[in-house]
Amino acid sequence: MNCEECGKRPATLHLTKIVNGEKTEYHICEHCAQEKGDVFTGFHNFSINNLLSGLLKFDPMQKGVKESTANKTLRCETCGLTYAQFSKSGRFGCSDCYTFLGDRLDPLFRRIHGNTQHIGKVPERTGGQLKIRKELEQLKQALQTHVASEEFEKAAEMRDRIRALEQKMAQS
Amino acid sequence: MSQQQFMQNPWSNWMKGEGPDSDIVISTRLRIARNLRQHPFPLLATDSQAEEVVRKVTEVSESDAMRKRHHLQVIHMDQVNPLEKRVLVEKHLISPHLAEESRKGAVLLNPDESVSIMVNEEDHIRIQVLLPGFRLNDAWEIGTKIDDTFEKNLNYAFDETRGYLTSCPTNVGTGIRASVMLHLPALVMTQQISRILQAINQVGLVVRGIYGEGSEALGNLFQLSNQVTLGMSESDILSNLYGVARQIIEQERVARTYLLEHTRVTLEDRIFRSYGILMYARTVESKEAAQRLSDVRLGIDLGVIPGVSPLVLNELLVTTQPGFLQQHAGQKLTPDQRDERRARLIRERLADTEKPKGK
Repeated sequence: MNCEECGKRPATLHLTKIVNGEKTEYHICEHCAQEKGDVFTGFHNFSINNLLSGLLKFDPMQKGVKESTANKTLRCETCGLTYAQFSKSGRFGCSDCYTFLGDRLDPLFRRIHGNTQHIGKVPERTGGQLKIRKELEQLKQALQTHVASEEFEKAAEMRDRIRALEQKMAQS
Repeated sequence: MSQQQFMQNPWSNWMKGEGPDSDIVISTRLRIARNLRQHPFPLLATDSQAEEVVRKVTEVSESDAMRKRHHLQVIHMDQVNPLEKRVLVEKHLISPHLAEESRKGAVLLNPDESVSIMVNEEDHIRIQVLLPGFRLNDAWEIGTKIDDTFEKNLNYAFDETRGYLTSCPTNVGTGIRASVMLHLPALVMTQQISRILQAINQVGLVVRGIYGEGSEALGNLFQLSNQVTLGMSESDILSNLYGVARQIIEQERVARTYLLEHTRVTLEDRIFRSYGILMYARTVESKEAAQRLSDVRLGIDLGVIPGVSPLVLNELLVTTQPGFLQQHAGQKLTPDQRDERRARLIRERLADTEKPKGK
């Protein structure tokens, strides 16, 4: 049988597509299949997000896990996304979805990233307080190290910087 | 540059064929995903909400700080036809998702096309930096500065624990996806590639074809990128990718030397056969073109084919794609017509360059 598309090359791909119970058969060559890739959208429907929704639902360690009814009725107040929609699509509707889903996201993030906590860049303006807090933690640690090794001049320097930062935090 | 020129000009900065390790690393790409607080993500946004995001982002791009450095031009997706969108995809300036699925999407491009900022793709803002050769740190420097400028003017969706909040859980945290496009013909020929790809998956990196997720590795081109975005700092992500890419580059070099030393005639024969086909064929399918161009590229990098510049090959990589061929022809073409035009384009482009002196 020759390809239905170009009529020249032999048809090597035989596909059956069923939409609403209606069956359509395609016999085409590999070349035309590639060119017409969009016809066979069935191939593209399986995305990373299908995998993600699988990750949300399945927990082999618990017997007979079903999503709890409490989860089912959850809904993001800002964008209206429900937990059910999220677990189906694997996508958030807005940034507030992260708040409404809260700790429920931990297992998902652990599976995707092996982690649940961000440790990278912090935005200067909107994350300003956090940035200062992190810097403070580092300075306090340094202060203790200097005290322990009796480097008092350096320790005093750290102390002054800590004070300055704490003032800055109080002001903002 | 006018909107039209972005579509017609085959030239992008990343095709220069220069930069560190450009015999193996074609290009380096960095993508930073950002979203605005209190705006639904593009997938759920209404048209007017999406338009508002475009307006806000465009405003910042027109600020003095940004204009001085990047001269970004806005292209609204609803003002370009499907063919033009396809050309932008083939030049790696926008994603297939922005071209096909986004509503009220837009892209901001700088004149040499090394910076492209997608608006309303899966996330509100996706800053992309695309450079020739192996230049992860440069790409990060450029990208993070643009990010800082946006952040000064827009309220980013950021959370202390989760980092930058994104539409898809796979991007949350740093929101960065860094990738290098590698040409690895010798590792494929010596059948070491599958072993290497398996190892890569175990260190939090992924390999894809050159047009991203779901695309096949045509012409021995592999896109290596980070998988994890949460719980690792940007510098950890970049240095991890750098280290692994570095090793693959070295292995490819070893394999190339091995092939030259042990199978020189066979290798040269293969390279020159491909060169001959590309110089004289009257019709060539895209898959074959990719494979033959890969052989010729290897021939150039090994000094077997002198006088052809690698930038010609990078350009052909883009201009022989279906969208570009049709854009050039000014009409829709059947697959057969494309194969014919592709063959002619390659012939003419290679004939422009100096004739090889075969040994």
